[in-house]
Amino acid sequence: MSEQGPEGTFEPRIVAFFCNWCTYTAADLAGISRMQYAPNVRVIRLMCSGRVDPQFVLAAFRDGADGVLIGGCHPGDCHYQEGNYNALRRFELLKRMLVGFGIEEERVRLEWISASEGDRVQKVCNEMTEQVRALGPLRLETVQSVDEGRVAPAPAGEPVGQVTA
Amino acid sequence: MSKPKVAFYWCASCGGCEEAVVDLNEVVLDVVEAVDIVFWPVAMDFKVSDVEALADGELAAAFINGAVRTSEQAEMAELLRRKAGAIVAFGACAWLGGIPGLANLYSRESILEFVYGGSPSVQNGDGGVPQELIDVPEGRMTLPHFDEDVRTLDEVIDVDYYLPGCPPPAGLIAQAVMALVEGRLPEKGLVLAPDVALCAECPRAVTKPEDLKVARFYRPYEIVADPETCLLAQGLVCLGPSTRSGCGAACIAANMPCTGCMGPTSRVIDHGAKALAAIASLIETREPGEIAALSEQIVDPVGTFYRYSVPASLLHRRVGTKGGTATEGAVAHPAPTSTTGGES
Repeated sequence: MSEQGPEGTFEPRIVAFFCNWCTYTAADLAGISRMQYAPNVRVIRLMCSGRVDPQFVLAAFRDGADGVLIGGCHPGDCHYQEGNYNALRRFELLKRMLVGFGIEEERVRLEWISASEGDRVQKVCNEMTEQVRALGPLRLETVQSVDEGRVAPAPAGEPVGQVTA
Repeated sequence: MSKPKVAFYWCASCGGCEEAVVDLNEVVLDVVEAVDIVFWPVAMDFKVSDVEALADGELAAAFINGAVRTSEQAEMAELLRRKAGAIVAFGACAWLGGIPGLANLYSRESILEFVYGGSPSVQNGDGGVPQELIDVPEGRMTLPHFDEDVRTLDEVIDVDYYLPGCPPPAGLIAQAVMALVEGRLPEKGLVLAPDVALCAECPRAVTKPEDLKVARFYRPYEIVADPETCLLAQGLVCLGPSTRSGCGAACIAANMPCTGCMGPTSRVIDHGAKALAAIASLIETREPGEIAALSEQIVDPVGTFYRYSVPASLLHRRVGTKGGTATEGAVAHPAPTSTTGGES
């Protein structure tokens, strides 16, 4: 699912969920300030990092993301008071759950970035891109309708019973 | 003769769903009165050829329990699909993958290695493993193929209705069977159970605090739970808030937390992720280190939140465990006998 760079090199695809009040504004600031950073990050604006349902993260991976970045306000600064703490509570458990599914915890990252920290958006996006690039593409297996390893029932000779060993 | 015909079949399951049909007790007599059971391997002596002899669509309904793991199960599901007007995925395994679906956390090879060798309770002298084909003087013998994946029933055939539960509660079974028999067909794709969370029908709901917060998570063996109070309020990981009701809170009545067998409500795509969100949000502390420590108290997040739904989840299976390449997967996620093992 991942994209190919110029010479067939791996370009990580990263989905970022940024909160409206801090991190998205910081990303805006980075843009206005003409800060250059890796173009691998696709930003989705949510009202709050607390709105990041773990289902969103899984859906991103399922649909081809190699990494997921979540950005929210610094502790104590949440526009809704408790949202970023809820994001952190879910994130800690989600990380461990992803590891149980064989997804490296380096593929997800939660960062607090305030509206004035455009440079931090630049730094985190670059770091995340390089980190995921080093891990390589996420190879998620999907459901196969028919197993390739399946042996076709043999027409020659009638089955006479069950093999037991 | 004019009675509607129904069939029951089992795939990758434990037999509990068959028990559930028997548990209908005297209601089963009403069912038998109303329908002709023409195929039910666990209880009646009919053959596959009897099913093949039916006209397409001749069965009013086929109730299939269990997930699909072998070529034989897939073939039977496809056969019953042709013969039946309605297919009911019966129980958590058929709907979501269920307990057998946890095998999607391991590679096919590592399972065969463990079951026919590594398991401490197995003695397998010459280390033989089942072969799909073998020629003997009497002819050729075959076994079904053991697939790479555990699949839900609707990943194999088109499914009309779902009966949730491990096993489905008797009341829901009776309702579903009678509705089908009487031709009161619900909307296709429906899960035949109330579409609200278990907390809504939980007798302990009155003791659930308005602002429920957890300062420490316990596993059931770590505390003696008070039999009246909301189990979440006592720090037990109860999946009631994210699980469909309809079971009459049977586990809660036995003072055990809900493990999620009734599956999600219709608003949820991925049961485990939603359950995880519901539980994690209850953590009281705001301190990052303490939050991490509390999360560690849930020893096996996948086994806890996806106990019945790994194949139906958005990720479907553990990454890197397909195609027989990764035995490393089995190392990172300990085999079932490990002393540090999961909660199940």
